[in-house]
Amino acid sequence: MTDTCNVNVQCSGSCVPGMAKDMLLPQLAVVTAIRTDTPDVKTFRVESVSGQPLFDHMPGQCAMLTLPGYGEAMFSITSSPTQGEYKEFSIKRCGQLTDALHQMEVGQQIGIRGPYGKPFPVDTEFKGKNLLFIAGGIGLAPLHSVIEFVRAHRSDYGHVNILYGSRSAADLVDLGHIQSDWMTEKDTDVYLTIDRPQEGWDGHVGFVPSYLKELAFGPDCTAIICGPPIMIKFVLQALIEMGFDKKQVYTTLELKMKCGIGKCGRCNIGSKFVCKDGPVFRCDEIDELPNEY
Amino acid sequence: MAVNGSVKKIRMSDLDRFFSALSLTQKVYLPVEKAGQYDYAPWEPGVSYDPEELHTVKSAKGLFFPQSEDLIKYRREGLSLAIGPVAPEDEEFVVFGVRACDVKGFEVLDRVFLTDPVDTYYKARRDHGTVISVMCPKPEETCFCGTFGIEAEAPGGDVQCFITGEDMLMEALTEKGEALLESVSGVGNTNGDGALLPAADETDLKAAEEVKEAHREIMKKLPLAGLTTEGFGKDADLLTLFDRPEWKELSATCLGCGTCTFVCPTCQCYDIREYDTGRDIRRFRVWDSCMYSDFTMMAHGSPRPEQFQRFRQRFMHKLKYYPDNYEGAFSCVGCGRCLKKCPSSLNIAKVMKKLGGADND
Repeated sequence: MTDTCNVNVQCSGSCVPGMAKDMLLPQLAVVTAIRTDTPDVKTFRVESVSGQPLFDHMPGQCAMLTLPGYGEAMFSITSSPTQGEYKEFSIKRCGQLTDALHQMEVGQQIGIRGPYGKPFPVDTEFKGKNLLFIAGGIGLAPLHSVIEFVRAHRSDYGHVNILYGSRSAADLVDLGHIQSDWMTEKDTDVYLTIDRPQEGWDGHVGFVPSYLKELAFGPDCTAIICGPPIMIKFVLQALIEMGFDKKQVYTTLELKMKCGIGKCGRCNIGSKFVCKDGPVFRCDEIDELPNEY
Repeated sequence: MAVNGSVKKIRMSDLDRFFSALSLTQKVYLPVEKAGQYDYAPWEPGVSYDPEELHTVKSAKGLFFPQSEDLIKYRREGLSLAIGPVAPEDEEFVVFGVRACDVKGFEVLDRVFLTDPVDTYYKARRDHGTVISVMCPKPEETCFCGTFGIEAEAPGGDVQCFITGEDMLMEALTEKGEALLESVSGVGNTNGDGALLPAADETDLKAAEEVKEAHREIMKKLPLAGLTTEGFGKDADLLTLFDRPEWKELSATCLGCGTCTFVCPTCQCYDIREYDTGRDIRRFRVWDSCMYSDFTMMAHGSPRPEQFQRFRQRFMHKLKYYPDNYEGAFSCVGCGRCLKKCPSSLNIAKVMKKLGGADND
């Protein structure tokens, strides 16, 4: 975490000398684009006001977004660092702050601080491997960043399988982009599924874990999972049955956070803080933690 | 205590003069009685130090980590936003009368707040504050600092003090402490027959040693003198401790009031909230408590929905998680405040007796 903490956080307004590294202080940013993905998910593009890059991040890392008057919360950075200087956040409307964020319009200035947390090991353990991405619902958000990173460095990785499921076709986040870019990417197969049959959907119907078993991928790959806790649990079970070792499986966890730097004391699972020791964990590491997440 | 120029002495009756001299340049906080209980407050004429009072209700941590402090001021106008940081505290101050346990409590907070990334606000207060400790007059039945290897007879800080009858010896332990004592070296005593802080002599030092020895003897006889950390700490097995069935029984009467966390010198969890003043939006930080149900509550639920889980978190943090993260150091200093203040008589000593080594029974 040390290396990612010393980012060039610049303060705006009246800057106090010596406070540049105070990680509780957001920098000023502006929402430059808003995409409505599903009935309750929007993707916000955020850029700095100064024209300078906000900060460097790696896939899997998070940032704190502030809408003063409504509060601050940690969100996974959905965009890949390879996509440009902007940061994108796919956010599901599910509480007071996310309600307020969903009402923002382009041009809205907000606060942002980050990046926080340990990224996916895209430059080390993932390199040269076949990759299997498994996502459910808004769980695609953190994996989106990895998938785009892999596409930008396509020759560094082996075959890519993406299994993505949601409640309905309308709830598949960023479906147009998945169809136009991911499905046409070389050495990449995309499998979509929805929970219940619906008119106009001729794709697979069923829950992600059962579709995973049907697809029967071999364990010669690294799996990256994100979705609702219950999906993660059953997917992990299925992967073990399919011959995967927990050391081949990565996921990201989410708990309530306030500081993002392991000091406010609320996102711990045992001795680990999700904000700085996570959010990315290898599944064998999770086995060593108390079941309190 | 070695004989060197840094050990001074002052008549107890001259302490007011000492506070008064220091107060010319900075605030001096000390335990002050208010409505029958003691807490830290600034010295002012008429306030005197009570050497018999052992513990303030709240520890001195609030001087470095205030219960509430502003971090940022925002202004929103239409779509635009201005972010103005609130400057950290930069006024010098002295805190006088801190006991050994609370001084160690600062070290527990230091490991959290001064580890990279450093907490600017906490660091500013630590940099500008000078800690003067005073050895305890007499421990109470609830004291167990010895369990955590704390020596009540060497209270530490920048200056440590020992009361030997009519006099108080002041020993500077740091350059900051030395500079503080030096700053009042030109002041005369109340009687007008010498300096306020003359150097201590052999007889004074011997008297201090006797006071310490007598204190050590009392410490050995305390009800919790045999309490050990065996079964906890870095080497204990986390999941075994976490899964002990006794947590439910231990926490059965916990009210979830959070009193233990507010009086605790080492509890450091905080919340960040906002307040709309009408002119601007203030973001402030406040003490929080892991004993509260909303501490970990998210839109989709909480990982600790039951009180026993929150109770377990507090003690696992102090006895296992913190030691794991900070080279074995415990996040309890045995001050005994939670033993005195819990309305349900729950406390860390009971937890350690129940779940710890066999010797604790």
